[in-house]
Amino acid sequence: MTEMTEITSAVRTAETVAARLNRRYAAERRFRLLGLASIVLSAGFLVLLLGTVIAKGWTGFLQTQIAVEVAFDPQVIDPDGNRAPEVLDTADYPALVRNALAARLAPDADRGTRRDLSAMVSTMGAEQMRRMVAANPSVIGGRATLWLPASDKLDMVYKGQAPREVGADGNALSDRQLGWLAELEKTGQIRKAFNVQFFTGGDSRAPEQAGIWGAVVGSFFSLAVTLLISFPLGVATAVYLEEFAPKNRWTDLIEVNINNLAAVPSVVFGLLGLAVFLNVFHLPRSSPVAGGLVLALICLPTIIIAGRAALKAVPPSIRQAAAGLGASPLQIVAHHVLPLAMPGMLTGTILGMARALGETAPLLMIGMVAFIVDIPKSPLDPSAVLPVQIYLWAGSSERAFVEKTSAAIMVLLLFLVAMNMAAIMLRKKFERRW
Amino acid sequence: MNQFIPRGTSKISARGLNVHYGDKQALHDIDLDIPAGEVTALIGPSGCGKSTFLRCINRMNDMVDGAKVTGSLTLDGSDVYDRQLDVVQLRARVGMVFQKPNPFPKSIYDNVAYGPRIHGLARDQAELDEIVMNSLEKAGLLAEVESRLSESGTSLSGGQQQRLCIARAIAVAPEVILMDEPCSALDPIATAKVEELIDELRDNYTIVIVTHSMQQAARVSQRTAFFHLGKLIEVGGTEEIFTNPREPLTQGYITGRFG
Repeated sequence: MTEMTEITSAVRTAETVAARLNRRYAAERRFRLLGLASIVLSAGFLVLLLGTVIAKGWTGFLQTQIAVEVAFDPQVIDPDGNRAPEVLDTADYPALVRNALAARLAPDADRGTRRDLSAMVSTMGAEQMRRMVAANPSVIGGRATLWLPASDKLDMVYKGQAPREVGADGNALSDRQLGWLAELEKTGQIRKAFNVQFFTGGDSRAPEQAGIWGAVVGSFFSLAVTLLISFPLGVATAVYLEEFAPKNRWTDLIEVNINNLAAVPSVVFGLLGLAVFLNVFHLPRSSPVAGGLVLALICLPTIIIAGRAALKAVPPSIRQAAAGLGASPLQIVAHHVLPLAMPGMLTGTILGMARALGETAPLLMIGMVAFIVDIPKSPLDPSAVLPVQIYLWAGSSERAFVEKTSAAIMVLLLFLVAMNMAAIMLRKKFERRW
Repeated sequence: MNQFIPRGTSKISARGLNVHYGDKQALHDIDLDIPAGEVTALIGPSGCGKSTFLRCINRMNDMVDGAKVTGSLTLDGSDVYDRQLDVVQLRARVGMVFQKPNPFPKSIYDNVAYGPRIHGLARDQAELDEIVMNSLEKAGLLAEVESRLSESGTSLSGGQQQRLCIARAIAVAPEVILMDEPCSALDPIATAKVEELIDELRDNYTIVIVTHSMQQAARVSQRTAFFHLGKLIEVGGTEEIFTNPREPLTQGYITGRFG
């Protein structure tokens, strides 16, 4: 009798399990699909974001140039003929460019036509001539065909980012200018070349002259200050809290505070920087020193938390082995624990620095949002940083700044990807198993 | 290396030793003498306090939060827990080998050289080389690693790692070597080698070994102390303990009735 029941119940178990099997499989399939769908969705958004940025911005790396045969007219450049540098420096080069364009496109131009003509090229063209004369005064009296950068409006039209139909509303160029453009195209006297100015120039009100180098240098100085302050401080704090500090209410309190600081909105740190670094210590406004200090405050919690995690990951057996040999607590840390934790600490630091590189809001609070043309020469000079430069350009009204904004975003993303890659490689290289 | 150690004199002696971890008392009133130049085995079931006693001798319990030691523990007659005594100096005299082989993730050479380096035992490189070679030789490891001293210590097998740890401990020329279940992570062949090594080392060092294996205690030790629930139940010559224990608890443990 009991044997019978046992057999029946075994059969029943098998049947019940089989019946539930399909439901279980279906549930698992649903769960997998859900996960897959969310990954596809986020990947889609990422592609959309990158696609937009690249589509809008890649032309920012190109510059439209016009071939113009200019005459270095001695009458205009140096009427007295004594080649005095200040005379050469202040000569009316824009007139030479204007004349050259008129000679090519509209030989009998009136004043209005000539104004339209000079609006086709950037003022950088005249600057280019001035530099040629300054470098080698013997060019005076000669003629040369130069590729001069186009103005931002012509640049936009030629790149196809502004309407080009003759007579259309809201045209960037007048119908006459469009006609000239067509003529230049016919003779091959207009081209798109690599935009050196974008990578070597500072900010400018004229979009075709605006570059990111000033912001890159500013970011570099800021991050250097940040690294110099936050890395030693962060490592020392992590080591002390993890290896030496007694476990009591005070250290608990400090730990909770550090964890909370990591989540504080960065703009709050900016306000703190404004109050302390600018108003109390009177550091120069808009300078990478002040910016770097604020960013260091933002990075510190991240570095400390990463550092403590790295120290915790060092197995206690290493500490015991060293202690058993008679190493002092400082020797245990300096000879064994810190070297083993260093890759993890560096990874945390790089990730913190990557965050600092992308910070905008706190820097706005300390005046790094100013319009600065000059490339900073030291961390004390006023400067912009990359994300703030992007913010500034995004708010500019000229159409040509749209592509500059996207191009600058690409550069910033490139730096961020490079830093994160460095962190990943560091982790891979020094990953250790005990 | 060490001067002749008179057999039978008491190297380490505990009197009324109590250890608390927080509220929990791990050792109760331990009175135990450990003679010089012999291997003393500490046996007993898990949690009986034998490891705790071992870790009192070189004050490794200092690293545990909330550990409190009272009573007296002397090494060569001077109090180990004296405030004047420097723990670094103590640990140079009392070496330790741990349960799990824990070589530093450095080269084999650097593993052995580390102790002499931090204590400044070698005047020059040649002397350091000599200490390292000697220690590896004594640990019976030299022949196996001579050609690859610059390889990482963690690349060795488990048994080799443990002998490396022993070489590392004796490189400092300690008087006492504490071993906390040194063979529990090793296979039988590696265990046999380490046991052989322990037997050779007892001529020069006083060895205290904690072990879970009663066979091991019987094989390597001259004296055995049996701990139970934080109390020292019985101590005596190893042969006597295993053949003719006085206490019923000891008898029960060595015959496998509990443990």
